[in-house]
Amino acid sequence: MANAKLWGLKKSPWVFHVAAASCNNCDIEILDILTPRWDVERFGIVLVGSPRHADALLVTGVLNRKSLPRVLRVYEQTPKPCLVICVGTCTCDTHMFAPSYNVVGPYDKYLPVDVYIPGCPPKPEAIISGVVKALKRL
Amino acid sequence: MKRIVPIGPYHPLQEEPEFFKLIVEGEKVVDLEINIGYNHRGHEFVAQKMTWDQVTFLVERICGICSDSHPYAYVLAVEDAAHVTAPPRAQYIRTIIGELERIHSHYLWVGLAGHFIGYNTVWMWVWRYREPLLDIFELIMGNRNHYAINKVGGARRDILPEHYSKIEKYLDLLEEKNTMFTKAVLDDPVIRARLEGVGILSKEDAVAYGVLGPTARGSGYATDVRKDDPYDAYDKVDWNEIVFDEGDVLAKAKVRLLECSESIKIVRQCLRNMPDGPIETRVDEIPPGEGIGRHEAPRGEVFHYVRSDGSNMPVRHKIRAPSFMNIPSNVVAVRGYSIADAALVLAAVDPCYCCTERTVVLRNGKRELTGKDMLRLSWRKTERLRRRYRR
Repeated sequence: MANAKLWGLKKSPWVFHVAAASCNNCDIEILDILTPRWDVERFGIVLVGSPRHADALLVTGVLNRKSLPRVLRVYEQTPKPCLVICVGTCTCDTHMFAPSYNVVGPYDKYLPVDVYIPGCPPKPEAIISGVVKALKRL
Repeated sequence: MKRIVPIGPYHPLQEEPEFFKLIVEGEKVVDLEINIGYNHRGHEFVAQKMTWDQVTFLVERICGICSDSHPYAYVLAVEDAAHVTAPPRAQYIRTIIGELERIHSHYLWVGLAGHFIGYNTVWMWVWRYREPLLDIFELIMGNRNHYAINKVGGARRDILPEHYSKIEKYLDLLEEKNTMFTKAVLDDPVIRARLEGVGILSKEDAVAYGVLGPTARGSGYATDVRKDDPYDAYDKVDWNEIVFDEGDVLAKAKVRLLECSESIKIVRQCLRNMPDGPIETRVDEIPPGEGIGRHEAPRGEVFHYVRSDGSNMPVRHKIRAPSFMNIPSNVVAVRGYSIADAALVLAAVDPCYCCTERTVVLRNGKRELTGKDMLRLSWRKTERLRRRYRR
C-alpha cells in the first residue's frame, strides 16, 4: 500500500498548503505557480482542500503558540509517506521573529522536514525546483 | 433550530488561518463568531528590540500583499517624530510604488473573488496580467514582493530613467486590460447574479463599525487618507475618489476595479512630473518625542505611532491595520444570507489576518499583572509548548 502511495506521490504530488503564522507572501507565490505563467497543474501538481487527500505539505510562516498544535494535527492527518516542504526563510529558521514571545521556533524541531526553500519570499521558480528536488530524493 | 458550521482554522477557502463559527438556521446564516489569533507574531514587541532602520524591514513583513503600506506609514511616523521631510523625488518614488502596489493588491482580490465564486477563469486571467507588474517591481527594486523601497528620510532605490519606458509600456497594457476586466466583470450575468445584492453593508453600519478603504467607499462612506490628509505627492496629482452607495459585494468590486484606473492615472502623472534631485535626507538621530504616520493602503488606512526617547530604538510602536476595523463588519454583512454566499461575503472586505493579528486578548481574573509579568508568563508558556511538542 505504501508503495502505491509512493508511486502516486512521484507521479503527481497533491499538495496541501499550511500557512502557520505567515505574512501571506509565500502563500501568494504558491498560488502564483498555479496561474498561467508557471501553471504547474500540467505536471499533475494540484492544490487540494484537505490534508487527507494530500501527498505533500507546503508549510509557510513561523510557528507560533496557537498554530503549533494545529499544524501538528494537520501533519498527523496526512497519509504517510508524505513530504514536508518548508517554503520561505520563516520556516527554515525563525527569520526576524526570533525575539518574539509567541514564536516557538523552526519547523524541523517538531516535524520531519524534507526540503527547505529559503527566500523572503522564494521566487516561484525556486519553489518549483524545491518540489522537484524533493521528488527526486524518493 | 440553530446549528453551528465551523470554518477553519485550516481550510481551502482562504490562505490564512482563521476560525469562523457560522450559526445557521437551515441554509440561512443568523450569526457569526470570529476567532482570530492564529497569526500573532508579536511585531510590536519585536520592533522595540530593533533599531529604527531595521524596523522598516520588520514592518514590511507584517503583510506580504501590502508590503509597501506598513513601511510607508512607519517612515512617515518616524519622519514626523524626527521633524524631517523626504526630498521631492523620493516622495514621488514612494507614491508611484504605493499606487503600483494598490493595483497589484486589487487584482489579487478580484482574482480570488472569482476563485471563491467558482469562476476560475477570472482568477487565471486577472493574475496573468498581475505578473508583468511583479516583473516591474523586480526591475526597480530587486524583489517581486517585499520591495524595501521606503527608508526613514527618503527612498532606498531610485527609479532609473531607462525604466520609465518599461513602466509606461506596462501601464498601456494595463489600461487596456483594466477596461476589459471592468466591462467583463460588470456585464457578466453569472458574476452579477452572485455578487449583486449580496452582503449588503449599509452606510449606518459602515460608520458604526468604522470600516475603511474600499469597504467603506462601497457603502457610500467617503473616506480616503489620500484625499482627506494628503501626504507626499498625492496633493500634486489629479484623481477622483470612487464611491458607490449600494454596499453589496458588487459595489466593492466596482470600487476596486475603478480605483485601479485612478492609480494608473496617478502613476502616469507622477512619472511625467518627477523632479530631479537627491532621493534621501540624512537622518542622524531621532529626538525624544512621538510621531504618527497614516497611509491609504489597498484595504484602507494604515496607522503607525512611534515614540522615541532619543536612543536608536523605538520605545513604543503601535500599529493599526485596516482589516482590524473591516473584519468585525462581517457580522452584520453576512447575517441573513445563505451559507454559499457567506464565503464570498467574508472575503469581500479583502481581509488580511496577518495585518490584524498582532494583538491577543488576555482575560485576567483578579490578579493585576504588570507588562513584565505578562511577558514572563508568556515566555514560560512558549517554553512549555516547545518542550511538549519537540521531537
